[in-house]
Amino acid sequence: MCLGIPGEVTELLDRPDLAKVNVNGVRRAINIGLLEGENVQPGDWILIHVGFALSKIDEDEAAAALAFLEGVGQSYKDELDALAASSIE
Amino acid sequence: MRFVDEFRDAEKAQALSAQITALCEPGRTYRFMEVCGGHTHTIYKHGLEDYLPETVSLVHGPGCPVCVIPMGRLDDAIYIAERDDVIMTSFGDMMRVPGGKGSFFDSKAKGADIRMVYSPLDSLKIAKDNPDKRVVFMAIGFETTAPSTAMTVLRAKADGLQNFSIFCNHVTIIPAIKAILDSPDMRLDGFLGPGHVSTVIGCKPYEFIARDHQKPLVCAGFEPLDILASIYQLMVQLKEGRCEVENQYTRVVPWDGNLKALQVINEVMELRPYFEWRGLGFISHSALKVREAYAAFDAEQIFNIPGIRVADPKACQCGEVLKGVIKPWECKVFGTACTPETPIGTCMVSPEGACAAYYNFGRFTRERVKEATRA
Repeated sequence: MCLGIPGEVTELLDRPDLAKVNVNGVRRAINIGLLEGENVQPGDWILIHVGFALSKIDEDEAAAALAFLEGVGQSYKDELDALAASSIE
Repeated sequence: MRFVDEFRDAEKAQALSAQITALCEPGRTYRFMEVCGGHTHTIYKHGLEDYLPETVSLVHGPGCPVCVIPMGRLDDAIYIAERDDVIMTSFGDMMRVPGGKGSFFDSKAKGADIRMVYSPLDSLKIAKDNPDKRVVFMAIGFETTAPSTAMTVLRAKADGLQNFSIFCNHVTIIPAIKAILDSPDMRLDGFLGPGHVSTVIGCKPYEFIARDHQKPLVCAGFEPLDILASIYQLMVQLKEGRCEVENQYTRVVPWDGNLKALQVINEVMELRPYFEWRGLGFISHSALKVREAYAAFDAEQIFNIPGIRVADPKACQCGEVLKGVIKPWECKVFGTACTPETPIGTCMVSPEGACAAYYNFGRFTRERVKEATRA
C-alpha cells in the first residue's frame, strides 16, 4: 500500500484522468488525475500509489525504484498481484 | 530474494561510510530518526547500520500507517464489516492486523464479506457492481494515500453513487513528528524525512523542525545509497552548525509537493481535533475526517459505530518501538510470542513495520555484511 511502483504510460484513454500503463509487464488503467497540468504522454514514466500516479519520474529513477522494490520481495509481489486483479475505470 | 551480499554499489556505500566517519566529532554520538517504514525496510534489508560508525545510530520512527492504527478503530471497522448489507474493502496490508476481537481475516472466515483491493477505485467498482450492498472502503495511510481516497470520493459523488463510503483513518505525519520531538525520553540529532509522503506535502511543512527544534531534516530516497547520502548530508549540517530542511530525493520530491493532491485532500477532508495512535496515544490534529459536505460518503456518519477503545496488549511494546525508545529486539515478546505469523503488535504485521523488517532481515545482516565486505 505504501509502495510507489513505477510504470510506463502506453496509451491515453478517453477520460482525461485515465491512462493505460505498463507496470512490470501488466497493463492496467491508472488514474493520472493528480498529475493535472503535467501533460502526461505515452512513453512517460510515473510513480503509482494505489492506482493513482503521484509523480512523473525519469527512466533512471524508474530503474532505481524497481531495484528497491525487487529487494522488498514478498510485499512487492503481493502489490503486483493486487494490481493485476485491479479493474480501475 | 537479494540479501546484503548482493548489495549494489557496495563501493560507493563504503566511500559514503568513510565520509560519514570522517565527520564524526570525537566523544559525540549521533541519533537520527528515519520516519518512514520504507526506509526502515531498506536499512535492515541491506544492513546499513553496519556501514555506519558506532557513534551514529538510526532510530526507527512511526511512519508505518498500518502500525499506528489503534485496535479499537479496527474493531469499529469489523463492526461495520459484519453487517449483512455491507461489503468491506481493504488494502491487503490491513487484513492480518489484530484488533481487540481478531483481524479482518478472522472476521472474513466467520462469514463477513471483506474483500482485498489494490485501489480505492476498485472499491468503487465493487459498489457499482453491487447496487444492493453498501460498500465501505477502509481508508488508511499518510498523505501518500489520502489524495487517492479523496479523488475516489469525488468520483463517487460525480457518478452519483449512493452505496459507497469510506471509513476514514488517514493520519498526517507532521503531528506525529511533533509528538516525538516533544516526548521527554527522546533525544535525536536529526531526521531522515519520508520520501513518498513528501511527494505530496513537499518539504516546507518540516521547516518548524529546523526552526523551532534546531534539528536538521533531509528528505531521503529509498535506495541504500540514498539513505547513506542523506545521513552524510545530516552530518555535514551538524558539522557546519546548520539546521535546515534539505531534499536528497529531488528526483521525485518537489519542494512544494503535489498541489493538486493537497487541494483534493482539503476539498474532501479536514483535520480531526484529535486521533488515537497506537503506542503514541491521542495526538491533536493528527488525522483526517470526511468534511460535512461529503457526509453521504462517510461511513462514520452512515453507520452508528460504537467508537471502541481497546488498550494495547500489555506484553507488546510497539509504542516504544514506534517512538524509537527501544529497538525491536529489545521488546519482551519479539520473535518469541510475537512473530510475523502470529503477530501481537502491529509493528510485526506490516512488512514495513520495524519489528517485521528486523525479524525478516536484521538477524542476518551483521554476518552477511562481514562476508560481503571481505569479498
